[in-house]
Amino acid sequence: MATFSTNEFKAGLKVMLDGDPAAIIENEFVKPGKGQAFNRVKIRNLKTGRVIERTFKSGESLEGADVVDIEMQYLYNDGQFRHFMVPDTFEQYQADEKAVGDAGLWLKDQDMCTVTLWNDVPLSMMPANFVELAITETDPGVRGDTSGGGGKPAVLETGAVVRVPLFVQTGEVIKVDTRTGEYVSRVKE
Amino acid sequence: MTQDDWLPTGSLEYLRQRARMLAAIRRFFDELEVLEVETPLLCHGIGTDPQLAFFSTEFCFHPNRQTLYLQTSPEFAMKRLLAAGYGSIYQICKAFRNGESGRFHNPEFTLLEWYRVGFDLFQLMAEIDRLIQVVAKPFKTLKQTHTVHYQEIFLKYTGLDPLTFSAYVYREFAERAGLPEAVSICENDHALWLDFLFSHCVQPHLGEDRLCMVYGFPACQSSLARLNADNPAITDRVEIFIDGVELGNGFYELCNADEQEARFDKEIDFRASNGLPPVDKDRRFLRALESGLPDCSGMAIGLDRLVMVMIGAESIEQVLAFSVDRA
Repeated sequence: MATFSTNEFKAGLKVMLDGDPAAIIENEFVKPGKGQAFNRVKIRNLKTGRVIERTFKSGESLEGADVVDIEMQYLYNDGQFRHFMVPDTFEQYQADEKAVGDAGLWLKDQDMCTVTLWNDVPLSMMPANFVELAITETDPGVRGDTSGGGGKPAVLETGAVVRVPLFVQTGEVIKVDTRTGEYVSRVKE
Repeated sequence: MTQDDWLPTGSLEYLRQRARMLAAIRRFFDELEVLEVETPLLCHGIGTDPQLAFFSTEFCFHPNRQTLYLQTSPEFAMKRLLAAGYGSIYQICKAFRNGESGRFHNPEFTLLEWYRVGFDLFQLMAEIDRLIQVVAKPFKTLKQTHTVHYQEIFLKYTGLDPLTFSAYVYREFAERAGLPEAVSICENDHALWLDFLFSHCVQPHLGEDRLCMVYGFPACQSSLARLNADNPAITDRVEIFIDGVELGNGFYELCNADEQEARFDKEIDFRASNGLPPVDKDRRFLRALESGLPDCSGMAIGLDRLVMVMIGAESIEQVLAFSVDRA
């Protein structure tokens, strides 16, 4: 893998930091008029998701990380691993629960999601921003309520629980924003 | 390259403000009868400062070829004018520093540099304050200027004494402050530790809505300033800040040719042992010092940054017609 010097630390660049893959968020060149130049870098650890700040002497370099984001289709869960496929190549990947993380709450068979591979192994993933999932269980709604002021919890087919308006019933399909975990609308079949 | 890469990086409004500021600076020095000068940008000699990387080029004058340098600052040429007895002078010029580019850096930038014959550091600082107040007037209301000793402000924000180096105590502080990487970057280099800690822990607090002048730098950061007559552990150097942005450096100038040459030699050795491009001492400058530099103080201010803090620009390219990537 190539190495990158502090001048090449652009937002989005993937590098190895302390043995973990990490993504550069921000890079500021700091130089006292009469002194040593530094680069103050904001960087996200791609394993833990944590953002840290780290200073480098200008001109230092880090090894690049073989990290790529690929659109894949979710196939199935075998109980231990979840399986994904790259539609163009039919190449398949399996990911453990750690790599799947919270994305697992929103993954339905056949849905597309973004899988981040590190050295060709799934590291993390992002579901689509909006998913459509069926409600498997929710309390019967109150007749006549159409605004859904208070709302009620509903269990979805993936196991996720979201708050839905009172008029939404078991068996209906709803659209959810996966970034906030919030109900968006009912989906007419 | 995109289709619109011919466009300026600085808006018309910002360039107008910039022009207004330049005019105000020239008026300020004209009224004081300080002479405006222009010295060569392309020079036969260059500073030995290991922290400054330079651009060089070839002067081809058949059948001869000579290496010339784009100045990193007009200091040597201006001091030659001072030594020749030209009196107090100022200059607004381009300076060039290789490898510097970022939110506050462009490799080609504009310096305001001036020298006042007969001024000590405190007279210079009073003049800096007056200039900044005049320049700021149309742009920004500045609170009362904050003048503080380096040791005091360093102690305030780090609890460390900048004049007494203890690797152990400095390391412990860095770890507490969430900067453990400082340990491997700075090792046992006192000056480097000071650079690191000052720019990370002190500078961001300096000059909130006001001018802040820090003076009395530790002797290991003396550059071209003379050592303080009463306390040789510190140097007669001032650095100025507004809103956490470093704007410039001033010195009660070192006049002693022998000491100057010794500092050059030290920096040349440092260059050699750290694989930096070698440079020769500027002999003409040293001869000027030998012939006698009058007692004087001098100041250099990065004008692009001054414009930035006055109009609240986020990035240096916004106050340049074309930043380096559009040049």
